[in-house]
Amino acid sequence: MRFVDEFRDAEKARALSAKITSLCEPGRHYKFMEVCGGHTHTIYKHGLEDYLPESITLVHGPGCPVCVIPMGRIDDAIHIARQPGVLMTSFGDMMRVPGSGGNFFDSNAEGTNIRMVYSPLDSLKIARQNPDLRVVFMAIGFETTTPSTAMTLLRAAAEGIENFSVFGNHVTIIPAIKAILDSPDLRLDGFIGPGHVSTVIGCRPYEFIARDYGKPVVVAGFEPLDILQSIYLLMVQLSEKRSEVENQYSRVVPWNGNIVALKAINEVMELRPYFEWRGLGFITHSAMAVREKYAAFDAERIFEIPGLRVADPKACQCGEVLKGVLKPWECKVFGTACTPETPIGTCMVSPEGACAAYYNFGRFSRQRVREASRA
Amino acid sequence: MCLGIPGEIIEISEDRPDLAKVSVSGVKRLINIGLLEDDPPKPGEWILIHVGFALSKIDEAEAAAALDFLESIGKAYEDEMAALLESQID
Repeated sequence: MRFVDEFRDAEKARALSAKITSLCEPGRHYKFMEVCGGHTHTIYKHGLEDYLPESITLVHGPGCPVCVIPMGRIDDAIHIARQPGVLMTSFGDMMRVPGSGGNFFDSNAEGTNIRMVYSPLDSLKIARQNPDLRVVFMAIGFETTTPSTAMTLLRAAAEGIENFSVFGNHVTIIPAIKAILDSPDLRLDGFIGPGHVSTVIGCRPYEFIARDYGKPVVVAGFEPLDILQSIYLLMVQLSEKRSEVENQYSRVVPWNGNIVALKAINEVMELRPYFEWRGLGFITHSAMAVREKYAAFDAERIFEIPGLRVADPKACQCGEVLKGVLKPWECKVFGTACTPETPIGTCMVSPEGACAAYYNFGRFSRQRVREASRA
Repeated sequence: MCLGIPGEIIEISEDRPDLAKVSVSGVKRLINIGLLEDDPPKPGEWILIHVGFALSKIDEAEAAAALDFLESIGKAYEDEMAALLESQID
């Protein structure tokens, strides 16, 4: 096996693998969802599925914020960028996400000014230095980036920077997990909980999964051994017929999260009644909008947003991949019409997208994984 | 943007307690530490940085492990570091 030599803790991984295998009930098949795109990346990069018995399948979840943004929001952003005097900013990951008429680079070729920034604070600085421009930050991400947007908006308000606004697209992970649990398409046995999101929200928000759905959750770190250790902890819970929330990543994730961050988010933003997710459709209370108190900094109130729904290209099956119903290579255009160079769907754009991660790292063990998923 | 990058606190800004000079892979950058105000990091301590903000304190061993992980994922980390080095927040 090609991957075994590649990572330094292969010995420990094999030991964990043996412990995991010993807990498998004969004839039972287990499906665990890793919610976070960072975990998907580690799994493919290190070929972790090769360390698992064939009766365990890892299902990739919706935890890649770039992947779940519907095409219509890209079109809306480009519409804002076309308004007079607007300079739009966003994270680099967003630049190549296709809207219905092309991505941000294509839009810039037609005259818009959309720039990539590392931090919302960079966007605020551009606004401060260019008072004649209307600087809009296209905010995106789960709870790892939401506090940064909130803190930046608070700073803009404190400094009275009137030419800065936020086009809010922050999504929240819990309603997406609930939508997947309520979906009849997929039966899961447990969750590998996201690491960095949990540094903000803590572990308590996952308790309903264990309590109401009877599924164990283990919040996990990003190293290969973290993930194998978390799968082991999930298997121990199942073998003991327990369903609890455990924190494997306690060296970084506090049980109660980051209170300062949660307060900042709550000060500036509120839950939207609903938000459209690519592949998952409209999910109630699943995204954040800027509160009316900060309307002067809310691009959705400053500009008229078309808000059109745009259907995904017919060939693209990102929706099924995001729900965990399809594996990346089962999509009809994977690796042929859709590659990281010419992505059709969002899952191939972001490095944390399941398709891009699999395309870049996973193809070598494809046959083995395919066999495992059929078992 | 989803990657948490470890950095070591060099010094806290005198006039802005929410800003710190941080060494990230040997390069010094200003990072906002306002989200850690309940337990502010001190020089020599390590933090995990997301899009210009410190989201959590970590110990040195975790910082080394996080860096190992980031280096293993290749291009996504290179892109994130390139963006961070362009960044000039204050």
